[in-house]
Amino acid sequence: MSALANPFSQAPATWTLPSRGKVAMAGLIVAESAIFTIFVVAYLFYNGKSLTGPTPREVLETPIFYTICLFSSSLTIHLATKSLARDRVGAFLGLWLLTIALGGLFLYGTAQEWHRLIYEHGLTISTNLFGTTYYSLVGLHGFHVAVGLIMLLIVAVFTLGGRVGVKQSGRIEVLSMYWHFVDAVWVVVFTVVYVLGR
Amino acid sequence: MSTDAITFPGAQIDDKPWVDRLHGWLTTVDHKRLGILYILFALFFLVVAGLEAIIIRIQLMYPHNNFVSPQVFNRMFTMHGTTMIFFVAMPILFGFANYLVPLMIGARDMAFPRLNAFSFWLTALGGLLLYFSFLGGSGLYGAGNAPDVGWWAYAPLTARAFSAGHSSDYWTLALLVSGFGSIGTAINIIATILCMRCPGMKLSRMPLLAWLNLVMAGMVLIAVTPLSAAQIMLLVDRYLGGHFFDAQAGGSAVLWMHFFWIFGHPEVYILIIPCFAFMSEIIPVFSRKPIFGYPVMVGATVCIGFVSMSVWAHHMFTIGMNSYANSFFTITTMAVGVPTGIKIFNWLGTMWGGQIQFKIPMLFCIGFLFQFLIAGLTGIMLAAAPFDWQLGNSYFVVAHFHYVIVGGILFALFAAFYYWYPKMTGRMLSERLGKWHFWLFVIGFHLTFDLMHIPGLLGMPRRIYTYEPGRGWDTLNLLITIGAFIQVIAILVFVANLIISYFNGDKAGNDPWDAWTLEWSISSPPPAYNFASLPVVESRRPLWDQKHPEDPDSRYE
Repeated sequence: MSALANPFSQAPATWTLPSRGKVAMAGLIVAESAIFTIFVVAYLFYNGKSLTGPTPREVLETPIFYTICLFSSSLTIHLATKSLARDRVGAFLGLWLLTIALGGLFLYGTAQEWHRLIYEHGLTISTNLFGTTYYSLVGLHGFHVAVGLIMLLIVAVFTLGGRVGVKQSGRIEVLSMYWHFVDAVWVVVFTVVYVLGR
Repeated sequence: MSTDAITFPGAQIDDKPWVDRLHGWLTTVDHKRLGILYILFALFFLVVAGLEAIIIRIQLMYPHNNFVSPQVFNRMFTMHGTTMIFFVAMPILFGFANYLVPLMIGARDMAFPRLNAFSFWLTALGGLLLYFSFLGGSGLYGAGNAPDVGWWAYAPLTARAFSAGHSSDYWTLALLVSGFGSIGTAINIIATILCMRCPGMKLSRMPLLAWLNLVMAGMVLIAVTPLSAAQIMLLVDRYLGGHFFDAQAGGSAVLWMHFFWIFGHPEVYILIIPCFAFMSEIIPVFSRKPIFGYPVMVGATVCIGFVSMSVWAHHMFTIGMNSYANSFFTITTMAVGVPTGIKIFNWLGTMWGGQIQFKIPMLFCIGFLFQFLIAGLTGIMLAAAPFDWQLGNSYFVVAHFHYVIVGGILFALFAAFYYWYPKMTGRMLSERLGKWHFWLFVIGFHLTFDLMHIPGLLGMPRRIYTYEPGRGWDTLNLLITIGAFIQVIAILVFVANLIISYFNGDKAGNDPWDAWTLEWSISSPPPAYNFASLPVVESRRPLWDQKHPEDPDSRYE
């Protein structure tokens, strides 16, 4: 060991630093926001510039019910993490499974909408600019919902195996940050695609 | 406390057979080893992309030269640009950040060691994908080879109709994959700096290198992701029949330009800010003075980070924007020069009145200051939209950005190599070879890139594979190529220095430069665990405090 074995004395009385999990998730959310911004810009830029139909006005229907499902899941996951922080694992598991169900319902809604658009209206990703931008933007969001659901399911399996307790609540909070972000992105996507875009 | 008796797993790894050592390097999650892997990876591609540059220069040496075909010429400048930015500059700077940031903030590793390894191997996979295109780029079509669409890959060159085969796909995937690696590393750097600092290391006491890398990592999150998004769109176009950049279906080629340059211009600052960080650590040590204007340096860096996000369309003056856009981007581009100028004055202020030691790292720093200033001045010239209409896409632009990247970034990197090589290997780089390297490189650099402005002013466009004799470009191009060869010799001297000094260099000891930041408080190379006991700091120069207990910095801060 060098001559500087313990050269630094006088540690400050309190030394607290932010949680690295939360900081990293915040960083990921910033990065993802930039990706979504580019896709939203592309959607708005190309809105109404398709050379052929179908147009958004003709074929899109506002998915109110499924949107409510996704937004409610933000509330349930918030309550779930709070329950876990208070060491109420049973309540946590119930709310967690409810979150998964609501997220799954939302994805089912997207699948139904896509099925209708493809088979009834013949709109695919290569039909026109609307198809390209619509499926890319909504698909990118759906992909994030799906990734989130897989992670939520992994936590659910571990909880059923009795491995999730109050000790893990910090990590669960990091995951819930991601889920809140996915919901917040839907606010933007919903506004752009179903409100402004028509 | 005695740490000698404690044996750490992996501490004796050098005694093992080479297969085990190789396995140790391939599976490592140690930030120092990953940093060195990043640097070696980048040095390999520096040689590859340098050879591509030499091929370009040989072709342009004489008018009507037939050294390579026009098709090969296109591939060479595309691969040269793409490789130099994504697989040399980015990874080498990430390598230094990886190696230095935890040591300088008194941490034992990055916040997420396995994410760190994952990010490195993603970048490595990206480099492999890009160069695999030489073999696999033809695909079933028998057309195309390496990517030949230019490093910015403007639409519609990348459309299926104009880029058959898979060369553009390899280009896209390589950038997408390495982009994800960059995002992972950026998140890691941010989490490390914010969450892993040793006790007492407040943000206001952090070494400037850590501060500037924090800003750089934040910019990576916002600026590299638009490129990833654009690459996803390009993949949708090429594989799913989308129309994002397909003008025949109403798509816009200009939108790709915007998306690319929203990434492309902040990228320049992502590369230069870590170089500012090297300057801010090295110049004070060799001027024997603390950095001049620490808070202003931090403020100026954050300011550059913000302003550089709103200057991208100065790359697009020649496509024809309206006068409001032209004015806006001219003004913002000139504005970003202000905080950059503040930094140059701060470094000069640090040197002013100091006892300057002209060691090799300091020589490269001084070269950087001169050359970066000139690069900034030609940048201000090109920021004026009417001037840019005249000289856009000419060799003047090529000279300008090589002045930034070679004269600025590469010189700063050389300074960093000479300064931190002793810490990484335990051996000093040879001063004699270092002087040869420096002077040869300065001469070669100025011969090449000073002269390169002139054919640009005389109207020589970039990316032409040959030219007519008698336009006044002939002698200049010959001299430019000779300068390039002098730079090659200098690089060979540098590589020889790296290798010879590794085996025969003088022992460095803990602190060969009498420096002030925490990495010099531990042995060279540092042990796997970095700090046996976590340091506690009370000022910006913890080692100064320790060497001068009668007059510590903490008394004045």
